[in-house]
Amino acid sequence: MSPPTSTAAPSSAPTTPQPTSTRLCAHCKLSRPKIQRAKTRDRLCVPCFLHIFELEIHQTITSTNLFQRGDHIAIGASGGKDSTVLAAVLKTLNDRYDYGIKFTLLSIDEGIKGYRDDSLETVKRNAVQYEMPLVIVSYRELYGWTMDEVVQQIGKKGNCTVCGVFRRQALDRGAERLGVSHVVTGHNADDMAETVLMNLLRGDLPRLHRCTAILTASSSSPVRRSKPLKYAYEKEIVLYAHHRKLDYFSTECLYSPEAFRGSARALIKSLERVRPSAILDVVRSGESFVAMVPPEISGVAPSQPNTTATPVVLPPPPPPQQADDDPNAHCGGESGGEMAAFEKQLRENEEATHRETEVKLPQIRKKQKMKQTLMNCRKCGYMSSQELCKACVILEDLNKHRAKLGVQVELDEVEEEAKEGVRRKMEALELRKSVETDTGTDAKE
Amino acid sequence: MATPLVASSTSTIPSSTATTGQIKVEFSGGLELLFANQRSVTLPLPLPTTTSTSTLATPPTVGDLVTYLVNTAMVDPRKELFVVDGAVRPGILVLINEADWELEGEEEYQLCDGDTVLFVSTLHGG
Ligand SMILES: [Zn+2]
Ligand SMILES: [Zn+2]
Repeated sequence: MSPPTSTAAPSSAPTTPQPTSTRLCAHCKLSRPKIQRAKTRDRLCVPCFLHIFELEIHQTITSTNLFQRGDHIAIGASGGKDSTVLAAVLKTLNDRYDYGIKFTLLSIDEGIKGYRDDSLETVKRNAVQYEMPLVIVSYRELYGWTMDEVVQQIGKKGNCTVCGVFRRQALDRGAERLGVSHVVTGHNADDMAETVLMNLLRGDLPRLHRCTAILTASSSSPVRRSKPLKYAYEKEIVLYAHHRKLDYFSTECLYSPEAFRGSARALIKSLERVRPSAILDVVRSGESFVAMVPPEISGVAPSQPNTTATPVVLPPPPPPQQADDDPNAHCGGESGGEMAAFEKQLRENEEATHRETEVKLPQIRKKQKMKQTLMNCRKCGYMSSQELCKACVILEDLNKHRAKLGVQVELDEVEEEAKEGVRRKMEALELRKSVETDTGTDAKE
Repeated sequence: MATPLVASSTSTIPSSTATTGQIKVEFSGGLELLFANQRSVTLPLPLPTTTSTSTLATPPTVGDLVTYLVNTAMVDPRKELFVVDGAVRPGILVLINEADWELEGEEEYQLCDGDTVLFVSTLHGG
């Protein structure tokens, strides 16, 4: 009944602290421990840690039937720690358990000097190290714009939104070019928890309800996305990379970060310090929402089963009575009072969402949204719920004012207006709860 | 790196069990950017701290090292990216001789000659 990782630790740690002199690896009982696991507080030696880390991801993959023999799957590779660890682990597991999968690294070149050009060098080395082909698609070739140019035009505010919209489509197009229909990304448990919190804080139940799914398929995209590392702690990903001496790139995007995500991230890390299980608890809470959110509420978002981003594989949510039995379900034993408070919260969120729909999105009426049909973007042909896809809406505004680029000496009023226009459009896009699924985690693919 | 200004006084403390020698401090995961792009620095023991509040009789701890790093060694003004509320920022892992510092007593760990302390950020890029 419990989600994959809770069953993954091969041995449960002795809860009584052992005397220092006899303290040995909780798994092999032979070597000196070097790692204290975040999830279980088990103390493990390096070889046991590496093995168990891999085994848990293997169990996540097999218990959700994520891959089928003969699949060709793209790994969204940024050169950062998460996707590097993902590629290394998938390579290891594919060899060890004979998955029979062909993996290809798929990288997006956003065109950010001093950031992406360096990290792409890392990806190129990874391709050699893991014996995987590498395909790079660039914003420049797809959209005619690099992110450097976008930022030069619209400033740093809101560029993450542009980048996110562009990246999503770029990954799809890269997958299309490769002829693959499945892209795995390096999102980890900390990312999941962050996103659950953000959606909770925004009162965005529809998105909350789907952001934790391990595999998302959307009719607005021909490509399925999955997150094999969704139960892996960022701490352990970094330790795995460190102890295996993996080659990864670790510089922050020059144009980041989104302030709200940064705050959610800091909160998650602070919680982890006090209570390491908190991260997985938040992820599990997010998963529980899938079962708890009534259809009327999730229906505020485009919710036609056939057109919505549908979580295809979900760990079965534990029934409330059994939650107490699950040692990892720390929230299982909460009192009825908290439940009532939670339900109240749900209702308030529902109201908030309705208000938001009416006040901020007058042009998209609920009725229309419920009947939304998918079409192809009139400009680029990409699947879209609107006449123009999000990327083309952004591009239209960018291109309108492109002529001014490079010759401007200072920002005149027209330029300011152009910036405002793009910004407003982007804000509208962010608010538009369209069928084009956006789990809110795309910012770091 | 500054020379150990207090080193001479070490000998004047009668019960000095303070370790002398040196330790290696490493930065990775993006933290090196806060330390003038150095991935590794060697520091003498006792630590070359100018405001020695810690008694020289006891060996410096990792806590002392963090204080030294943030007050003296860190050139980047954004101290909050390394230390928050007097403690290592959440999301930064500390490894003492390749082991999680949770296994070694965290800030309390007493540094010895030849130790390697690694600070690695988990907060950068995915
Ligand atoms: Zn072991
Ligand atoms: Zn389009």
